[in-house]
Amino acid sequence: MESFLNRYRNITVLLLVIFAQLVLLAVAAKNEQHVRFIRVWTVTLVSPLARLMEGMRGSSIGFVHNYITLHDSDAENRRLRAENDRLKLDKIFLSNELNRAENAKALQIFQQRSPSKTLAASVFSTGIGSSRKVVYVDRGSVSGVMREMAVVTPDGIIGKVTAVYPTAAEVLLITDPMFAAGVVSAKTHAHGTLKGTGTSQCKVDFVAFEDKVDPGDWFYTSGDDRIFPRGMPVGVVKAVRPGQPYREITLDPAGMAGGSPDDVLIVLEGIHQDIPDTPPPTQQVYLAPAPPPLAEPVSQTAAAPADGSAPPPAAAPRGGSGTEADKARALYQKTADSEDIVLGGGPTGQNIKRPPDFTKIPVDPRTAAQAGVAAAPAVVPGQPPAQKKSTAAPTPTKSTAPPDAVRRANQAGGPGGIPQP
Amino acid sequence: MNYSDGRMLLSSQREGQVSRFNLWVTILVPFLALLFQIYVPLFFRFLNFLEMPLLVVVYLGLMRRNPISGLFVGAAVGLAQDAWSKNPLGMFGITKTLVGYFAASIGMKLDVDNVLMRFLLAFFFYVFHQSFYWVMEHALLNQQSPFDMPAWLGLGVLNALVGAALFHFLDKLRVSAR
Repeated sequence: MESFLNRYRNITVLLLVIFAQLVLLAVAAKNEQHVRFIRVWTVTLVSPLARLMEGMRGSSIGFVHNYITLHDSDAENRRLRAENDRLKLDKIFLSNELNRAENAKALQIFQQRSPSKTLAASVFSTGIGSSRKVVYVDRGSVSGVMREMAVVTPDGIIGKVTAVYPTAAEVLLITDPMFAAGVVSAKTHAHGTLKGTGTSQCKVDFVAFEDKVDPGDWFYTSGDDRIFPRGMPVGVVKAVRPGQPYREITLDPAGMAGGSPDDVLIVLEGIHQDIPDTPPPTQQVYLAPAPPPLAEPVSQTAAAPADGSAPPPAAAPRGGSGTEADKARALYQKTADSEDIVLGGGPTGQNIKRPPDFTKIPVDPRTAAQAGVAAAPAVVPGQPPAQKKSTAAPTPTKSTAPPDAVRRANQAGGPGGIPQP
Repeated sequence: MNYSDGRMLLSSQREGQVSRFNLWVTILVPFLALLFQIYVPLFFRFLNFLEMPLLVVVYLGLMRRNPISGLFVGAAVGLAQDAWSKNPLGMFGITKTLVGYFAASIGMKLDVDNVLMRFLLAFFFYVFHQSFYWVMEHALLNQQSPFDMPAWLGLGVLNALVGAALFHFLDKLRVSAR
């Protein structure tokens, strides 16, 4: 070593002096960011080495951890699998809860809008045995449930109550082979009998070969069975096959589309409804809130068209055109007012000096045809038939008005259509 | 030894004569060179091109023919020049350390008493000094100064002319070899 230093003494001293001055320069000088060069140079020199060493250290530790020391991997794997299974169950549970909440909300809305009196119930059990399609609900005789009551959902009918217990009831589903209900086609009003098949589909029997039924047609309850109120959706026709003497119709029950529902409504008092012309909507429709009530009644002049045309002969009493009965009533009221007669102002047949002359009612063919105005003179309470005949002159439109329109016009004339002077 | 025979290379190391200087000369001459470098250009701006400390370092290195002594003289003069200037400490120090070292190393091989050789060595070390200083500015301080080699060559010639005359003057201050 000593000989080495002696041999290269000059260059060694040179390097030492240069290095010392470099250190001096690095300590004394600063760059544009006022950082001493010794710091800049040190970081510049050390950073790549540190990065390289850190990379090597991380790789080594990762290699050792991932490939050599695997003693805890199996336990961790099992723990993660268990956690994953638990999370899956939680997800299913929450999804079911969400669906259940949505169904409950739909039931509540349907229950409020349906004219029939219904009772909400939850399915808590299914019947034992594969042949029968029954479920049990948590409402019984204590809640007013009786046998042969209809069980429905907003989507369609579900079944009927076949057995009642104090706190539960047995419901025979419409897919059971023993189930039967009267149904009617919405399109052609073809009547038939809904029967279960033991599968997820039903069939409609006793539809005459002459009745036209196509796939896609909707069937509703007809009310003939005295169980289901008329007008409740049953299902949509899936297939129609010709047969003698009846068609073979396969139907997808709308109420069982997603399987047996969890929440149902038991119809305590059924109210028949009309068979709708259009199938029930399959999607929720936004319904805007009702408009606020008007502060002042809208006069007829205010309701007149802005283009100067004549107002309709029977304007709506308030804010709209009203029904045909309202229009007819307005016509009669106008005629009675012109003759200073108060309609519906006293007991029947009392204090009537003379009947109003309804022949002065201007006859609008459209109005008369729609509202049956010309048929109105047939009703003059408190007058003998001869007097009625003498005062109510027949008009050409009288004989053309339908009886139903006559009835509605009479009803629209107030309580009994009683004229009061 | 006859120094006027026109040879530039020495045939052997023993042929070179080590010049010796008194201590006060070794201290005073660089000090005067630094004073000249600092104050004279203030009054005579046209003398700003002169690099007197460099010429002194070259002369002492060439004459003493000791690399260690030459590098220490260069480091001392350079650091003193840094201290008196606005440069970071070490810029002139490192440059003149290398100049002193190389001058002493070359002085052992060349006939440094030859006027032409002195001129060439003064010219070479001036250009080397300026070039190395520019490299250090760029490499260490990240400063952007122009690389003006033609100017350095011209100023090198002027400094070499002054250096040749200065060296002749300084020869009178050395102590004759025993």
